Amino acid sequence: MNAELAIRARGLSKDFGSLRAVDRLDLDVPRASIYGFLGPNGSGKSTTIRMLCGLLTPSEGSASVLGVDVPGDSGNLKPRIGYMTQKFSLFGDMTVFENLQFIAEIYSIPASRRAARIDEVLEHYDLVEQRGQFAGTMSGGQKQRLALGCAVIHKPELLLLDEPTSAVDPQSRRDFWANLFRLAQAGTTILVSTHYMDEAERCHRLAILDHGAKVADGAPGDLQRSTGMNIIEVLADDPYHAQTAISTMPAVASVTQLGIRLRVLIPETIPDALDQVQAVLADHGISADTRLSGASLEDVFVAVTLGPEERAE
Amino acid sequence: MKSLSRLMAVTRKEVRQMRRDRLTFAMIFGIPLMQIILFGYAINTDVRNLRTAVADEANTHLSHDFVAQLNATQVTDIRERVNTVAQLEDLLRSGEVSVGIAIPPDFDRRVADETRAAVHILVDGSDPTIAGIADALRNLPLGFDTAVQRQPTELIEVRAYYNPERRTPVNIIPGLIGVILMMTMMMFTAVAVVRERERGNLELLINTPVTSAELMVGKVLPYIFLGLVQLAVILTVGKLLFAVPVRGSIVDLYLAGCVYIAANLALGLFFSTAVKSQFQAIQLTFFMMLPSILLSGFVFPFDGMPEAARWIGEVLPITHFIRLTRGIMLREAGLGEMVGELVYLGAFAVVAMTAAALRFSKRLD
Repeated sequence: MNAELAIRARGLSKDFGSLRAVDRLDLDVPRASIYGFLGPNGSGKSTTIRMLCGLLTPSEGSASVLGVDVPGDSGNLKPRIGYMTQKFSLFGDMTVFENLQFIAEIYSIPASRRAARIDEVLEHYDLVEQRGQFAGTMSGGQKQRLALGCAVIHKPELLLLDEPTSAVDPQSRRDFWANLFRLAQAGTTILVSTHYMDEAERCHRLAILDHGAKVADGAPGDLQRSTGMNIIEVLADDPYHAQTAISTMPAVASVTQLGIRLRVLIPETIPDALDQVQAVLADHGISADTRLSGASLEDVFVAVTLGPEERAE
Repeated sequence: MKSLSRLMAVTRKEVRQMRRDRLTFAMIFGIPLMQIILFGYAINTDVRNLRTAVADEANTHLSHDFVAQLNATQVTDIRERVNTVAQLEDLLRSGEVSVGIAIPPDFDRRVADETRAAVHILVDGSDPTIAGIADALRNLPLGFDTAVQRQPTELIEVRAYYNPERRTPVNIIPGLIGVILMMTMMMFTAVAVVRERERGNLELLINTPVTSAELMVGKVLPYIFLGLVQLAVILTVGKLLFAVPVRGSIVDLYLAGCVYIAANLALGLFFSTAVKSQFQAIQLTFFMMLPSILLSGFVFPFDGMPEAARWIGEVLPITHFIRLTRGIMLREAGLGEMVGELVYLGAFAVVAMTAAALRFSKRLD
């Protein structure tokens, strides 16, 4: 077991009946970093997180979390991990303070330190004013801060977050990520699943999942540099017709419209991609500015989730 | 130590949530009050004032005297007087009366003749209770003002011990305690786990160090206290409204109650671990209700049931608890004399609780 790794998984798979939810996943999550799972709904993100914390038994493969084999020893693991569910799972009919107190007691934080720790969490997660409010009556952002506060109250080494920001506004998301960076800085390993590109971009490393399989992993910058695609940005007055025209080119892997701009992905193996696009547009009598662009994370996502038949050679 | 403090944390949380749940609170007091009042006032096997019609074909001094005496017993309430037996049958069929008294024309002679019945009583046998009453009517000692009066010869004298006035509430309420506690206790815990599953709380809880046993026991503890409060409410109302006595030791009664409550809570908890929704949990408790009411000896005498039904009855906790309450409250029996019943309830509680803890897996698959 590599001491640098918080999570190491090999060939991790999970079948639900005939459906393979997670397919031979290999993972190496370094300690004290934020590791992202990026993928659409149903790509196996939640299932993987649940296997890693021992809630689901893998159908195949093995994983070691904080040096503990799961699911074998997950009992010993519980006190060392924090988990935030996709859906708000605290008690709506209890106040913020009561929820924190209950979770603190469940994690056996000694009574002598409990009050101080609860105050600290209230302070850190900006919940001092909501202390006496029923959790069920709070806004999405407040609920999320409380959920995070409860997940870290026992200072876990590993924090597993299952789509934590799917129900909150952009400002709350920014605050939330500021908290995550602070936690990682203090040495906590964080595994977070998301389907937001901007969130994935903030992770130190990320794995892109598609239909249960890992299709790419690495640091966001590295992934952006190694898509294997030339990205051509087309600025056209009539983007709809431009898109129709470009789609006829056999070399094109994908065309995505962003406002009046088009992003065209063409494999690097095709020479003179830019010239070809310009020629096609000229043939159709469409006036447009074209230029080569760097890959965004969304381009990476599009490039790696293309089916093999769409990957024109 | 850690385990105990986690258990107490779960218990404190349950108490807190319970206090805020008004419906639960209403159930604790509402269900026993409603049931006692319903059962206590409405159910009365001591029947009086049966609607009666008389066809007096004799129309003699003696027959008038007989009808007057019959009416004086208050068992019958003579509403109609008709001329023929056929008319009596019509009234009976239409449901206007439950009892018909047919006095034949030769009534006076029949009274004197010991070998023949003097009066025919026609009874609506579609209602089993009324049929039973008619049997009692047969034995009514009617004193006739004649020289040929028959002397009642009593071979058997029945003495009703423990409830000499034969008041129905005295018989009903000890059993009713069992029914009410079962209904409410089983319902509370049957929804307890599945509710948290529906609200998503469970996914959070199973990711914490809390163990299945801590969670199960922690959930049950506050409800035991609640059940004892309910028991106190039932006993108080029973005493105030219907003068239902507690002749034996009140400590014995609460002790038996405690074990019985635990048995029902554990069973409810087991249901809760087995179902997918609160609705299913409620359905399961209703599934338990019917045999518990019918086969426990609460409504029908246990000894009169076929053997298979008795076996089912023996399995149900309520059967044993009703024996205990009737024994302690009415017969002044001590727990020591009925220790078998108590042991069964205790064993049932332990088995159901263990099954619940084992079934409640800390996994999702």
